[in-house]
Formats: sequence, structure tokens, C-alpha cells
Amino acid sequence: MVDRIADIWGTRTPYARDERWPVRVDQVLAEGVRESEVERWVQSACVLCSNGCGIDIAVKDGSMVGVRGRSMDIVNHGRLGPKGLFASWQGVNNKDRLTKPLVRENGVLVESDWETAMERIVSRSRALLDEKGPLSHGFYTSGQLFLEEYYAQAIVGKAGIGTPHMDGNTRLCTATAAAAMKESFGSDGQPGSYVDIDECDAMFLFGHNMAETQTVLWARVLDRIAGPDKPRLVCVDPRDTEVARHAEVHLPVRPGTNLALMHGLVRELFVNGWIDQDYIDRHTMNVDELRTTVEQWTPEAVAETCGVEADDVRRAAEIFGTSERVLSTVLQGFYQSSQATASSCGVNNLHLLRGLLGKAGCGILQMNGQPTAQNNRECGADGDLSGFRNWENPEHVQELADLWNVDASVIPHWAPPTHAMQIFRYVEQGSIEFLWISATNPAVSMPQLPRIRDILSAEGLFLVLQDLYLTETAQYADVVLPAAAWGEKTGTFTNVNRTVHLSEKAVEPPGEARSDLDTFLDYSMRMGFKQLDGSPLLGWATSEDAFNAWKECTRGRPCDYTGLTYEKLRGGSGVPWPCNEDHPEGTVRLYRDGVFPTDPEYCESYGHDLLTGASVGPEAYKAMDPAGRAIFKTAPYHPAHETPDQDYPFRYTTGRTVYHFHTRTKTGRSPQLNGAAPDVWVEMSVNDAESYGLVEGDVVRVESRRGHIIAPVRVSGIRDGSIFAPFHYGYWDEGVAPSAGHRAANELTITEWDPVSKQPVLKNAAVRVEKVADGAGASSAPTTTASRPAGRGGGRKPALPTAGGPAAQAQETIAPVPPPAVATKEEHS
Amino acid sequence: MKLPVYLGLLHKSEGTLAESFRQVSEGHGHEPDVHFLCQALAAQCEEHQKALQPIIDRYGEVEDDDEPERLHADGLQDTRSGPVGLLRDLQDLYLLASLVDITWTMVKQAAQGLRDKELLDVVTGCDGQTSTQLKWLQTRMKQAAPQALIAAG
Repeated sequence: MVDRIADIWGTRTPYARDERWPVRVDQVLAEGVRESEVERWVQSACVLCSNGCGIDIAVKDGSMVGVRGRSMDIVNHGRLGPKGLFASWQGVNNKDRLTKPLVRENGVLVESDWETAMERIVSRSRALLDEKGPLSHGFYTSGQLFLEEYYAQAIVGKAGIGTPHMDGNTRLCTATAAAAMKESFGSDGQPGSYVDIDECDAMFLFGHNMAETQTVLWARVLDRIAGPDKPRLVCVDPRDTEVARHAEVHLPVRPGTNLALMHGLVRELFVNGWIDQDYIDRHTMNVDELRTTVEQWTPEAVAETCGVEADDVRRAAEIFGTSERVLSTVLQGFYQSSQATASSCGVNNLHLLRGLLGKAGCGILQMNGQPTAQNNRECGADGDLSGFRNWENPEHVQELADLWNVDASVIPHWAPPTHAMQIFRYVEQGSIEFLWISATNPAVSMPQLPRIRDILSAEGLFLVLQDLYLTETAQYADVVLPAAAWGEKTGTFTNVNRTVHLSEKAVEPPGEARSDLDTFLDYSMRMGFKQLDGSPLLGWATSEDAFNAWKECTRGRPCDYTGLTYEKLRGGSGVPWPCNEDHPEGTVRLYRDGVFPTDPEYCESYGHDLLTGASVGPEAYKAMDPAGRAIFKTAPYHPAHETPDQDYPFRYTTGRTVYHFHTRTKTGRSPQLNGAAPDVWVEMSVNDAESYGLVEGDVVRVESRRGHIIAPVRVSGIRDGSIFAPFHYGYWDEGVAPSAGHRAANELTITEWDPVSKQPVLKNAAVRVEKVADGAGASSAPTTTASRPAGRGGGRKPALPTAGGPAAQAQETIAPVPPPAVATKEEHS
Repeated sequence: MKLPVYLGLLHKSEGTLAESFRQVSEGHGHEPDVHFLCQALAAQCEEHQKALQPIIDRYGEVEDDDEPERLHADGLQDTRSGPVGLLRDLQDLYLLASLVDITWTMVKQAAQGLRDKELLDVVTGCDGQTSTQLKWLQTRMKQAAPQALIAAG
């Protein structure tokens, strides 16, 4: 047994390049439950991060009582991370769950029934549609629902109501991944595979604290590092993360300067001739523009702007330029920072310059933050057109109209889909009066919370909320609908590397809670949304009906699901799309042939100018004639819009800790995880703490132009001049009204977004710090991760090492079976 | 030779456009994308002015001339408010940027006739940015128009 709070990544199983990652089956059962007492193990995949680990749910007496990893799954080879082990089932099986619909009566939410709640929704919705039309409606969804639910929501929104105002919290986590791939390759679709970790010689992690955000993927990296021919690691991150500690080169860039670094790395490839001219000639376009843009970014210029060593830039570039096989991963350090899309395209550019794409060990993983974010992007509940279709291409719009049997003019395609921040702006201005939020908690997760709270409480707004718990956001709702959780409904979802999993219903939802799919189908039926022949717009009875309809929507598109069925997904491993007649076992890597989905008739987007976000448009795009070539996209570096000054001298950045997910609605209800990271903290460097007379645990007020938080200091390995706060902590377990609280990291963040991906810039703001009280002891920040203490703690008693004790023991079974083979025939060709 | 008249027109129009971008930026602080980007675009216009300076030093700049003077457009007097106000302000910027754009085209024609490589290089560097400014304005207005014209109060 292993304490998986103290030992986050579990026992090492070293392996060499080109070997398969050994299996290790991780298992946890509720206290007092023996394995022999488990009545059923029900197949699923984990939803506590974006990795998509195959998981079995243990069921006893109609309840979830534990989990184990699925040994045959190509994603995790049996492993689970701390969140999967402790929060997946305990975060759902909890006394706080909503069991009945709530409606607002005289200003107070009171228990009600489905008939009353749905009729309130439908009557408001219908009245607004009659009076003001579809633009009065907005939907803000999640990265947590199942594929079938997003597809239902997309059809309801696009073909039932006809509103362009649909987005998800995926805008906060993964919008830039999608945008960068659309710009460079013509369509969303992850080029690489996790199996590239087994086969690479070097790994670059760009703004990606994989050790905390995808612990099982990091375990795979650690096992390579422990093996005989370990990959060389390069880490770009302002914090001293676990990744940084294992890196040969750590580039702790100033927050907000990623693009300057990318320009410097690209320039080194040109200058040193570390490029594949033949690949560039045959498979790419616009290389000269790229060369011109990066010309001024010598390693010294990068050092000056980014605050890193020029020689480290050279060393990093040399590792990229000379390693045979390079895998890059990218996440929020790039996506939630300044010039997000341009910086992320910079990673694509590095790989295109060397042709390191579509072959063993040579991948790009533009990561997702959430388990089902990929499906939101595919299905179009985030505003994109379903099946990676292009809203500027009338034929694509007509294809959807034919599939759904509706008039094409109903489907909003006259302008880009409205992104989340703009939806909230329209609510603020009063032109959206009906907002339906599902499975997300903007009252804690969105930037500049004082403003978001004002918007949510706006008079005249009718707010519907669908969730498991009475979240901070629920406090503002007019109707709260209790949702069935993971394990209480059946559906599919797709992870970062395109692997589709089936998640079966294991137990009944509590009380009257219903699946999100059933709720959307009920709304559609009550609203009377119809096809052209008069039949119901959504005539599905089950999630499998929805899946089958979705398959037709993907036929011939990059995300082709036509070769998948529920039956095929049952019993074995998840399968990576495209899965169709040509690829019956799925597809490990895209772009093996160097042909990209940039053809104007096929592409998902005609692209944008990365500095301004201006649309390229169909005429200019067709004139470019990309003809299956990838496109080097870039922009000049521009400093962040809010940089430190005399009044606000620190750069403020936000992020995660390994023990929590989002706003802790699930992880905060797992005793093991909550115990490991019970409360907020802020991180300061040793030098900054000293110059402010602060020691570990002292309580500070951190203030931006928009708000302040009060939290104890963790003196950590963060770079000088930067302050970090975890964004998980809100107010539901604090017993104060959100408007009176000062715990959420987003009280301080700025309302600003990337011009292309529209992802909010959550990782860059200017703040100041003042001490408000001496600490009573060390802060409660975890000691096992990037928040590990640094320096000598100013004489204060050091923080206790983070551990889980007896309650956090997990069983690990090493190599009970051989590792799963990666499925496809092209793997062997 | 009337090229100096057009160089003067261009120089002045870029200045007017820069000022107007700044004004819209300040007047629409609640639209962060407009706010920040207009600042960046104002700086771009000023860069264009700087890039033109050595050319103007060579050819001279005529500030006052009869015929083309009518082409000078005034900048924004002040910004409007509300969703339709934003749309109208962006539309004004679009008109000003169009004038700049077509003037670059005229100057480019002259530069080709003169085989003036230095001027051609300046045009190539700046005109592309001006047309991107126009495209951005169009993109942003297309996004804003339905809501402003149909749903906003």
C-alpha cells in the first residue's frame, strides 16, 4: 500500500525508449470495504483532469465504494492519480448533493419539482424568443459533460433557438489549444499521442506543470526518466515545479513574455540550420514571414525581455534542434497568458520547421484542461460548428442543416460564435436576458469576480443553473436543476489525445437528479422545437441514440467517429479517433503523410491575424491556396497589457495544485484531498519575502486594481517579482457570502482575452502586497509540489510534509499483465 | 510633382487615425479587446508616420494644396456609448483607415513609377498592417452588429 497523497505519482516502473510502459493497477476502496465485497466493477474513465484514464467503479449496495485503473487502457495502463483515486467517487457520493429542483420565491431558493422548474424555464424562454428573438438567449456550459450532452445542447442552441451565444468554461482552459491547431493545421485535432512519451528523446513542456495537472501522464515521464535512456527535458515555467526540477534546462520566463521566448527558439533553429528544408518546401507555407518576424530575437534579446539566461535559450534550442525525436506539450502557462495563440502556434512552428510530426516520438500535445473539453469543441456547444465545420463555409452550414433537417438560415453563421467573455458582457448590457449555465461555476472561475458577481445578479437576468451542488454561482440562479453525476449516467467522452471512452452508469442518481442529456431533451420537447417535417428536433430516447446521431455528424470530418459503437468501446481500451472504415482500430497520430486539413473546402477555419484576431476570410484564404500544407502563423511580440509599475510592482499569476480540480466542488469533498490542501495561500520568492519582511505563514493582502485577497504566504521557489495564487478556493465551504470574501484568486485577475482564441488572460496581472498579520505557523500549502517551501522559513517552524496517512493508502499492483499494445496497423507499418 | 501632397495626406491621415484609435480605446474601456487593441493599433499608425519621415525628408511634404485637401478626414470628435455607439465608432475608424489604406495604394503606384525602392519597402511594411486594421475592424463590427441592432435596448 502506498500513501498516494504523500507519493503523488506512485511507485516507479522504469522502462526504456521504444519499450511499452509497464502496467501498474492502482486501486482504492472505501474504508472497511474488502475487494471480495465489491458487487460490480463498472467501466468508465476518469473526469478529474484531462488525461482520460480508464477507470472501473466499484459498486456495493447501490453505491460507489471505490475505483481501480483499467490495466488494458492505452491511456493509463492501470494507473490513477490522487484526484481520480479519492475524488472521482467521493466527490459524487456525498450528502450535499442537490436532489430536487430549486426555484426562486420571494428572493429565496426553495425546493420544487421538475414540472414547476421546467415550466418556469420554458415560459421565460418562450416569452423572450417571441419578444426579442434568439439573441436574448445565452448558454455557458462546461468541460465536464458527456459528448451526447454537448451534441444535444449544440442542436438545441443552434437549430432550436438559433443563438450564436454558446460557449463553455472550455474557453478558460482549452480554447487556445483548438485555436492554435486551427491556425497551423486548418482544423482542431491533436497531432500527437501519449505513446510519444515512450518513444521520444527530448520533451519540451511549455507552460505545462504536467506533474500536477496530469499526474498519470507525468508518471509515464518519470518512468522514462528512471529508465536507461531517459529523455532530455526542457521546462518553461516561472515556478520551480516538479517538471522544472527534472529538467535539464529550466526557463523561468517572466509571466507574459512567452512569445518572445518562442521567437528566440525559432530563430536559433534558423540560424543553426536545424531545419528540414525538404519538409518545409513540401508541407508548409509562409516560412519567410516567420523568419522575418523572429529575426530580432537573439538569445540576448530574449534574455532581456523574458528574464532568463541567454545561454539557457541556446541550450534549449540545441536540444530541440539536435534531438532525433522531440515531443512538446503546451498548457495554461501559454494558454492563459499574453499572446496565447501566437505563442502556442510557436510550438507548432518549431515542429514544422524540423518535420517532427506524425512519427514515433515526434508529437505535439496541445493539452486540454478538462476531461471532456475535446467533446465540447467537437460537438460545438462552445459555439464552433459541430464536427469541426467552418462557420464561414456555406456548404458546411448546409450539411448541418441537412443532418438536423432544419432551414440553414436558423443556424447562426453570420459571425464568429460569441465567446464566453462577450456573452457575459451582453448579459451586463442587458441584451442577453436568459442565461443557462451547466456544470460550471463562473462566480469563482471567471476573471475579475467583483464584476462577474454584479453580472450574475443583474436585474432582468433569468439564470438557470444545472449542477451537482449548490455552488457559489447557484446563489444567483432563478432555477437550479439537480444533475446526475459521472457514474450515474451513461455516455462517452474524449481526452487530449483523441481517445474515446465509454462511461457506464454504475448507480442511480440521488433523489430526483437527472442527466444533463435528459434535461436538454426535456427542454427541447417542451419548447416544441421541430424539424422541417414537423417531427421533434431531438427525437432521441437514450444516450446511445445521441451517439449514433453524432457519428453521422462526424462522417468524413477529421474527428470521424463512424467506426465506433458503444459495443466496440465496451470491455477493452478507449479508442483514438479518427475511427472509420480506413482506420477501424482508430488512429495513433495525425499527419503521418504531411497532409494537413487546410484545403478551403475541408478546413475548420480560414484563420486569423494573430496580433489582432482579424479574420482572414474565404477569398484571401483561397487565394493563399494552402492545398494541404500547414501554415506558419506568428505575430510580433507585444508586452502584456498590464505590467508591474510603482503602485502594483508584482506580476500575479494563478494556477492549480495537484490535489484540487476547478472550484473544488468534488475534490473539496474528498477528505484526503481536502486535508492535503485545505485552504488558499500565495507564493512569493525567498528574496521578495525577505525584502518585505515576511516569513512563511505571515498573512498578506494581495491587491490588484480590481480587488484583493487575504492569504498566508508560502515562501516558495517562484521567480523573483512574481506572485502565485491557486484558483480553486471560493466561498461555499467558508460560510461567507462571495461578495464579502477575499479568498478567490480571481478577485484580482483582469478582464482581457487573447485576440484569436478569446481565452482570458488569467495568468498575468499587476499586484501589490502588504502584510496584515503575523502568521500563527506555516501556511497549509502542499510541500510535495511546486508550492514546496524554499529558503529557511525565516526561523519559523517548517511546514509539515504533506501526507495522507492511513486514509490515503492505495493498492498498487505492478505488472500483473503485459502492457496494452497501441492499437493500430499503421503503428506497425 | 504632386507626390509630396500625397505624402502629406498620408502622414496626416495616419496621425488622425492614431488619435482616433486612442480616443476609441479610452471611450470604450469596458470592451477590453477594443480598449487594448486600439492602443496597439494607434502605436502602429505612429510607427507608419515614423517610417514615412525619411521619404518626406527626400521629397518634402506639402501640407496645403487645393484639390487633395478635400480628402482630409477629421478624426472622431468624441466617442459614443452603448452597443450601437461602439458600432458607430468602429465604423468611423473604418472610414479613416480606408482613407489611409487607399492613400498607401496611391503612394505605392507612384513609388513603382519612380522605381523608388526605399519608398516601396516602406509601403510594403505599412500597407499590410493597415489592411489588417481594416480586417480587424470589419471582424469586430460583424460580431457586434446583430446584437447591437436587434437585441440591445
